[in-house]
Amino acid sequence: MAQTAYKGTWVKISDTILKVGERAPNIPAETAKVPLVMHLNGFLLTDEAQLGDRATIETLSSRIVTGDLIEINPHYTHSFGRFIPELGEIGPHLRKALEKEVEK
Amino acid sequence: MTAYQSVMARKNEIMKKAVGIDYDRFELEGCAFDYERMMREVGYSLDEIKGIQQRTRVGRTPLIELRNINRLIKQISPAGKGGRLFLKDEAANPSGSFKDRRASVSVYQAAKLGYKGVIAATSGNYGAAVASQAAKYGLKCIIVQETFDSRFVGQPEIVEKARACEAFGAEVVQLSVGPELFYYFLVLLEETNYFNASLYTPFGIAGIETLGSEIGEQMKDLTGEFPDYVVVTHAGGGNLTGTARGLKRVGAERTKFIAASVDLRALHMASDVDFNRKSFTTGHTGFGIPFATFPDRSDVPRNAARPLRYMDDYLMITQGEVFYTTEMLAQLEGLQRGPAGNTSLCAAVALAREVPEGTTLVVQETEYTGAGKCPTAQLTFAKSNGIEVRHGRREDSVPGKNILIPRNPEELGYERVDMDALRASYIKQVIKQYQKTRFSETEIAFLQEDCRIDRQTLEHLTEKV
Repeated sequence: MAQTAYKGTWVKISDTILKVGERAPNIPAETAKVPLVMHLNGFLLTDEAQLGDRATIETLSSRIVTGDLIEINPHYTHSFGRFIPELGEIGPHLRKALEKEVEK
Repeated sequence: MTAYQSVMARKNEIMKKAVGIDYDRFELEGCAFDYERMMREVGYSLDEIKGIQQRTRVGRTPLIELRNINRLIKQISPAGKGGRLFLKDEAANPSGSFKDRRASVSVYQAAKLGYKGVIAATSGNYGAAVASQAAKYGLKCIIVQETFDSRFVGQPEIVEKARACEAFGAEVVQLSVGPELFYYFLVLLEETNYFNASLYTPFGIAGIETLGSEIGEQMKDLTGEFPDYVVVTHAGGGNLTGTARGLKRVGAERTKFIAASVDLRALHMASDVDFNRKSFTTGHTGFGIPFATFPDRSDVPRNAARPLRYMDDYLMITQGEVFYTTEMLAQLEGLQRGPAGNTSLCAAVALAREVPEGTTLVVQETEYTGAGKCPTAQLTFAKSNGIEVRHGRREDSVPGKNILIPRNPEELGYERVDMDALRASYIKQVIKQYQKTRFSETEIAFLQEDCRIDRQTLEHLTEKV
């Protein structure tokens, strides 16, 4: 994967919004002990940046935001998941139930 | 004062500028405000909303009888029982859910008032709806979503929503778990001066009234009568409020409104650890119960979604049951739809077995499906987070520990939420928020309306609290 991004490239940056200790009162302990972090995609405005460098982007709503460069040409990898046996049998089972009714 | 505290202290001022509504003019006294006046003066008439929605091809979705599921229900119901289910196919809206109805009026309002852009805080379908409407009106759009835990692992359903928003040209601000999302939302509103396309303004609710009026009219055409029941997936309360108001507007006075939520009561909504232990990101009790008992917790001073005014009953079902029903809809009716939107369908199937033959029940929404938001994706994600997925009955279901898939349709059931306990908890919140236990006549009248109870019940519940 490319380590360097150039001006105009679609990238993802990360920035800390609230550090540990700055977070809201009354949140669960497991949430309070980690920072509030933002990820944001946009077009790189910096001439050249390496992964991990501070980089400035222009977002899709034309805001200018600075953060750490964490991904170049970010894309989505969510999928349809794997086969789940308990689900796979539902359709055939229900269809059979209706077929029986027709026979009756 | 920290940045967090100073922004939160300016909350009301920021909000007022960002929705263009002076909520103060609807305040009456203490906890009381004039709800109907707010809806009348800020919202739009039904005909105006229809006009706004037709311009962007929102609404007028099909309503169909689920004939095969109804045959199945007859099979598994006792003699003389077995209702008829009808489905309002809201997935047919431009961005794939009923949320287009809410977004259409909000974004229209933003454009009319001359805002350059819109912002919405949502991890759900509403983001895609606002993004889609903003595209049509040529407005900038920012969607702020709670996406991932501190390991940067995101719920597949939410990640899919981010993809959809970007596909419509919106900027998506993705945050880790925490209620301070609201703080950053305020920061963005101040920075951009965009319109807050809140789910809870009178526009957001008025937009859903057409869903109710369409159901009324379509059921009249199909059966000659208004429906006996409308089953509504319940989270923030807008869906139930708007649908009920719309049906009442066309004269459906006897229709009962049943709320349905996925039971996630054991999970803490602000927990970095619990975040990825749930397989539903909306339509669950984590929103459904708090928004029923304290509607004004929302991102506007006075929430236009007030579900206790309209709710006749509230049923909880399990995650596994909703996945089962999602398969049922695809395989028996040829309709592949997203699981979260099938929450109401799931409750309706269980309820239909108990009501007299011929009773009509409308399942009032569906949503789009695809990568990330389908049963296999969500259960694969659950397994990878240590959740046990297996066959089992609802009684053994423990949210955050297991997801139990029924073996047959007879195992679909529900657990009823005690409506009086819900009302008592609403009153408890009012006492806490306003720091008083004695209420004026104006406040008492408001509380009766907001909980839909008589004076005696109100007094009894207040005493109990």
